[in-house]
Amino acid sequence: MTTQRTSRRRLAAGAALAVAALVTTTACGGGGGKSEGGGKGGKAAGFNAGVNKVAAASDKKGGELKFIGTQDADSWDPQRGYYGFMWDFARYYTRTLVTPKPAPGLESVNVVPDMATDTGQLSADKKTYTFKLRDGLTWEDGQPITTRQIKYGIERTWATDKISGGPLWLMQVLDPDKEYKGPYKDESKDKLGLKAIETPDEKTIVFHLPKPNGDFLQMLAIPAAAPVRPDKDTAEKYGSRPFSSGPYKFVSYNPNKGLELVRNDKWDRKSDPVRKALPDKITVKLTTNADDMDNKLLAGEYDLDINATGLGSTGRQKAMNSYKANVDNPQTGFIRYAAFPKTVAPFDNEHCRKAVIYAADHTSIQTARGGPQAGGDIAISMLPPSVKGFDANYDPFNLKQGKPDEAKAKEELKACGKPQGFKTTIAVRNNKPPEVATAESMQAALKKVGIDAQIDQYDGAQYTGIIGAPKNVKDKNYGIIIMGWGADFPSGQGFLQPITDGRFILESGNQNYPELNDPEVNKLYDQAIAETDVDKAGKLYQEANKKITEGAWYLPFVYDKTITWRSSRLTNAYTSEAYNGRYDYASLGVVR
Amino acid sequence: MTAPLHDTGPADAGAAPVTDGLPAKAIEGRSPWRIAWTRLKRDKFALAGGVVVLLLILVAILAPVIVGLLGHPPNEYHEELIDPLSSTPKAAWGGINSDFLFGAEPVNGRDVFSRVVYGARVSLLVAFLAAVVAVVIGTVFGIVAGYFGGWVDAVVSRVMDLLLAFPQLLFIIALVSVVPNSLWGLTGSGVRMAVLIAVIGFFGWPYVGRIVRGQTLSLREREYVEAARSLGAGRLYILFRELLPNLVAPITVYATLMIPTNVLTEAALSFLGAGVKPPTASWGQMLSKAVTTYEGDPMFMIIPGLAIFVTVLAFNLFGDGVRDALDPKGSR
Repeated sequence: MTTQRTSRRRLAAGAALAVAALVTTTACGGGGGKSEGGGKGGKAAGFNAGVNKVAAASDKKGGELKFIGTQDADSWDPQRGYYGFMWDFARYYTRTLVTPKPAPGLESVNVVPDMATDTGQLSADKKTYTFKLRDGLTWEDGQPITTRQIKYGIERTWATDKISGGPLWLMQVLDPDKEYKGPYKDESKDKLGLKAIETPDEKTIVFHLPKPNGDFLQMLAIPAAAPVRPDKDTAEKYGSRPFSSGPYKFVSYNPNKGLELVRNDKWDRKSDPVRKALPDKITVKLTTNADDMDNKLLAGEYDLDINATGLGSTGRQKAMNSYKANVDNPQTGFIRYAAFPKTVAPFDNEHCRKAVIYAADHTSIQTARGGPQAGGDIAISMLPPSVKGFDANYDPFNLKQGKPDEAKAKEELKACGKPQGFKTTIAVRNNKPPEVATAESMQAALKKVGIDAQIDQYDGAQYTGIIGAPKNVKDKNYGIIIMGWGADFPSGQGFLQPITDGRFILESGNQNYPELNDPEVNKLYDQAIAETDVDKAGKLYQEANKKITEGAWYLPFVYDKTITWRSSRLTNAYTSEAYNGRYDYASLGVVR
Repeated sequence: MTAPLHDTGPADAGAAPVTDGLPAKAIEGRSPWRIAWTRLKRDKFALAGGVVVLLLILVAILAPVIVGLLGHPPNEYHEELIDPLSSTPKAAWGGINSDFLFGAEPVNGRDVFSRVVYGARVSLLVAFLAAVVAVVIGTVFGIVAGYFGGWVDAVVSRVMDLLLAFPQLLFIIALVSVVPNSLWGLTGSGVRMAVLIAVIGFFGWPYVGRIVRGQTLSLREREYVEAARSLGAGRLYILFRELLPNLVAPITVYATLMIPTNVLTEAALSFLGAGVKPPTASWGQMLSKAVTTYEGDPMFMIIPGLAIFVTVLAFNLFGDGVRDALDPKGSR
């Protein structure tokens, strides 16, 4: 189930990309009068000034922060939103007990206290977390925030008939058997019937986990753990006007058109160590034309792309040539890869899988994805740099050098019993031009060692039922599946487990495409999840990664990167690994 | 053209009316085909179209030779020509130079010239064979419906109405997604081409069928048919020896005008991803790829677009010329 949900986040990026690819209106540059692209208000901070450091640090308040985007959130309801940019944006109007650290780069993957006074007291058996609330926490009408409202908010996730589409991590960890039916079907008077969470008083909240989980704090940092006040809860309609607990509140929201937030004057800066809350006003303009959006960003009409899917091929060339100081080139935490389903012969044989890995032209694939900058660095294993356990020196197939190794590929073909090569099919989403280009590159490279691959471009919007259905994969003979993957939170549990744990294989919506079910790997996950020391857990995930990579179940292509635009007005801009390489929206300002 | 065409002797009285437009010379018997040819020769546009059509066919047939002389293998990557950041060729004008006559393809740098040349094979092969399928089915059903009339005519006509109302483009897109990778002993692009030919041809036959049926209706009452019938000729003999030769002219006209339509349909289907599979080159597929990079590399959109445009225009000019030349009522 986890896997299905994680996929929704990727779908968001996919939808925005598809829009970018399909919309073809000619963009004639931005409005007149602005001779300097992005030159409105101040000087740009420089190329990559927002990667691993803060571009234009400032504490000046005021002004209007102007987002633009091509894709609306799936929902602005904290318990329903699953798109990555929504999680980032949600910090403007929701608070959680803990939250990703407001710091550039990798440091952001750690959680820090937000509404809680600390990151929780963990019991000796590692199953009970106790949090105390800070003073001065209020809703937008001035009433205090209580732990019961936090519990109520979390409980909404259980009401999957009305609160659909959101992440279910907390539900799976706190109530794996799904005994609780959600607050709307709750028989108790205060609608707080969930046994796993206790609220002994208004300032204390206790979580009881049936099993220890080292990533529990990461799950509490997702907006789905934000409070909701029962008297303001409009169930499935809550997303059109969430009641704010953060520094900004909703003024208006028109789906697929735009969004406007203003300062919540009841929010107390002293109660919040995380949010800078610099602008007076935050607006989001939604459009359908990605090229037009790029042009408007370059012309300085808007500050940044809320979806952060990166500039299109034309926009990024213009930006890199003329306004490089406005460009950041962060990692997104995604890996682009090919998976080899073991049910499809001859990929049941390790050597045939290895033959494909050696025969592929890694530089050519990188070029197909946009080169080292727009595509990303050549990936060497199935853990990305943002996840603990990543080892930059671990490259068992010598992928980093970039060239195909035809001699080794032929050796492996011989070992596989197919010295003349074989026939197979590459499955690729038809709405992702870079993935189609990747498939063509693989096809051309594989042909050189005698592997004859057909490319099947299927309807990308339907992927859960096409490549996500093992039976269909076998019927269609999909020996090579091209896909990408990013985690909900940067840990082995969030990244590696859904795509490699045999217990995650589903009949539909499957994400473990190789259908890998190795008891040793599964056991490593159980051990790693129970480990609350992140470094020790990281070691275990590293071990799992080695088994997966050396088993040749996947061919990693690139550690995904984007080319994002940062307007010259923006202050405190830095990209955050916790938000897939997006800027940390809660820290941004527009006045120097 | 009332005379049976196989009867091309000098005493061809039936051809007399069509000589109206010709210069008054000594009376000389000429077959309708010779008359048509004379007229066609005087139609400059049609001739130009015909020459281009011939050239295109030669290009398609000799694709490997032409590419061997002037281009690079159509599936060879030249990524060194591409700026990975924008995915477009580094050089201006889409990388057009003496080595890459039509430039390089975005992303992978394949030779656009070679791909356009090989694309002609796909386009023309699908268009020709689909037209053949349509003509064969359309003629058989049209002639049968027109000659026999009655319930046979009613059934065939309703089937034709049905097919004409069918959303063929959507049907083909849906069909292509369920067609297996190997079929009828073919694999990959071969399967796709066979499916395209079969389906475009199948949905094209009612157009031919209606014209043939109409013509047959008027021809079956003619004296020579009556004569054949009274002499005891069999039905098949009348259909295919008496009627068919007189239907050749309208069928020829329709077939030449059908080819450019088929070229466009094939391009549209390839554009939508229902055409031949990569890495086989096709014009529609090139256009569809060009959409993502048109701003940075317009040449990659213009060149396959021009190829389609020139092909369709040439066939249309030629087809119009053939129609005028074969039309006995035409003034030229």
